[in-house]
Amino acid sequence: MDREITHSQAVNEAIAEEMRRDSTVILLGEDVAEAGTPFKVLSGLVEEFGTERVIDTPIAEPGFMGIAVGAAMTGMRPIVDIMFGDFLFLIMDQLCNQAAKTHYMSGGKLNVPLVVRTNLGATRRSAAQHSQSLHALVAHIPGLKVALPATPYEAKGLLKTAIRDDNPVVIFEDKLSYQMKGNVPEEEYLIEFGQANLLREGNDVTLIGTSSMVQTCVAASDLLAEKGISAEVLDPRTIVPLDERAILESVRKTSRAVVVDEGHQNYGITAEIAARISEKAFYHLDAPVIRLGAMDVPVPFSPALEDLTVPTPELVAEKALSICRGELVHDA
Amino acid sequence: MTKSVRKNTEQYLHLYKQMVRIRTFEENANQLYLNAKMPGLTHMYIGQEAVAVGICEALDSTDRITSTHRGHGHCLAKGAEFKQMFCELLGKAEGYCRGKGGSMHIADQDNGNLGANAIVGGSMGIATGAALSAKLLGTKAVAVCFFGDGATAQGLWYEVMNMAALWQLPVIYACENNGYSEYTPTSEIAAGSLKARAEAFGIESHKVDGQDVLAVHALTQGLVNRLRNGEGPFFIELETYRYHGHHVGDINRSYYRTKDEETAWQKDRDPITNFGRWLEEQDIASSEELSEIISGIHAEAEEAVRYAIDAPYPNHDEVDTHVFAGVKHALPYISGDSNGS
Ligand SMILES: Cc1ncc(C[n+]2csc(CCOP(=O)(O)OP(=O)(O)O)c2C)c(N)n1
Ligand SMILES: [Mg+2]
Repeated sequence: MDREITHSQAVNEAIAEEMRRDSTVILLGEDVAEAGTPFKVLSGLVEEFGTERVIDTPIAEPGFMGIAVGAAMTGMRPIVDIMFGDFLFLIMDQLCNQAAKTHYMSGGKLNVPLVVRTNLGATRRSAAQHSQSLHALVAHIPGLKVALPATPYEAKGLLKTAIRDDNPVVIFEDKLSYQMKGNVPEEEYLIEFGQANLLREGNDVTLIGTSSMVQTCVAASDLLAEKGISAEVLDPRTIVPLDERAILESVRKTSRAVVVDEGHQNYGITAEIAARISEKAFYHLDAPVIRLGAMDVPVPFSPALEDLTVPTPELVAEKALSICRGELVHDA
Repeated sequence: MTKSVRKNTEQYLHLYKQMVRIRTFEENANQLYLNAKMPGLTHMYIGQEAVAVGICEALDSTDRITSTHRGHGHCLAKGAEFKQMFCELLGKAEGYCRGKGGSMHIADQDNGNLGANAIVGGSMGIATGAALSAKLLGTKAVAVCFFGDGATAQGLWYEVMNMAALWQLPVIYACENNGYSEYTPTSEIAAGSLKARAEAFGIESHKVDGQDVLAVHALTQGLVNRLRNGEGPFFIELETYRYHGHHVGDINRSYYRTKDEETAWQKDRDPITNFGRWLEEQDIASSEELSEIISGIHAEAEEAVRYAIDAPYPNHDEVDTHVFAGVKHALPYISGDSNGS
């Protein structure tokens, strides 16, 4: 049975179900208990599971991340709450040097089954230290899986899969979408990693969007339809692993691709996906692959500037249109 | 109240004015938020005014401070003007950071404010570094690092205290203990004693009533003088209270603190009311004179708010300026245009 719940309720349900199912699942983070986080995503969990399993930590991200790594190596399945994606920079050593490499360095003898739950997304007028989309950073590190849910359905299904995974998984929620509603089945379900979601079928161009940019691509496809362009919209859902097969299949059909992601464009997710398309579907392409990421500047506070830094449906449609019409997109 | 501060009418009145300026600024900022005129969120400093003012009045404009997410009070106490601050809060071009920083990143270099910081504990290294440069450059300047009780959980503090103590740096670590770290009482996030933590590094430590502007000022003045003579670092824990929520949107607070507690602090320990009463008792100012000060500041704030609301946003082409020093526009620069023109 389908019903509509918010992204935030979907996250809450995923955690509650997994905590009921597996007593080794614990939750650590700042104000995760009584306050249920500043986004109120975790409200009610401490009432059901108690303060032994829903643990309020001091503001000591490297410390509680390290504790989670150790606990994960010795029998627990911690979910670490990093309030803003920007605070990932504080836990980088524990996440990337410790958690990510332990299984490999131990020759497969030690596992680190933990989840880092955090978020991404600008345009909340929160300025440069509370608005970053840093998923490319962790996707760069072998040993970490990275999930980017775009809907309440995905938020729940991917998080449940992440909690059951025997590896460290970083899951980024779009903080602007916590109140967004969507269909979520009552019955239990999981979403396998590495399975892209085809949102729109089309023939002229493939719009590949992640997380916050999935809806942007859907809106762009509507704009394109008005111009007689049929756009396919694909959401990879996880970037490690990446459903390369689905991406290549789509691009081989449409011959054109625009890749849209809210991380910075320089050295980002869009670059990675565009490179794979160029490498593996080159002879099917009718136009250069276009990347659209966040502008390569720290996120400015002023609304007048911030809105310029994130790709919009209009921009995506404009770029898609220009490659569909065979217009020269390079000025050099 | 401490009598050790020189009985200097003008200075007393200045302390009072500065506290009123902070409160007035914050009340207006809160109103801008409530009227949906301010983008984003902000953290109110109301209740903690005596801390910023007592400390910053002991500093020169060449001394450095680092501030926090709750930073408007520090910024004003260090000498900032209403107009540029309101402009910054509204993301306008005439703001202290040309609208790029906003409430949580407000900085005012001309007055020695190295900036607010949206990363809890994020400025502890910066303040200590400012003390290192003062020492190496022989400027005699000192640095004050403001941070909250919650920030004492960050490991960075212990790393930099160790180095500051080893290298005898002219820095004061000023911990504003307002009893809460977001929605959690300090007792639940801090083991043992904060003072003892600094003392473990051999750092002389003090605890002071953060609602008593004269006590804060006298203590700081003494420590600053000693820093200028080569002593230091020092630690101060200031007992204080924020009247508002953690941020302007934190309205229902009963699950983490009681209304009675809030009222008691406001009624009995308000830094402005109590200092005003003392000024009257000492015949330094009459209640009419104090009211006049307050209404003058209110008028100034209202004018600044009006100004900021009408002020222009930055031009779109500013979006990629200031990414790199010495580069006009970052976007052409990162694509290989060497001067970024
Ligand atoms: C590294 C980091 N972790 C978490 C946060 C979210 N956060 C912002 S303010 C705050 C509480 C800070 O408490 P305290 O240091 O006591 O300062 P106060 O808000 O009481 O002034 C938290 C957890 C942050 N901004 N930075
Ligand atoms: Mg505090």
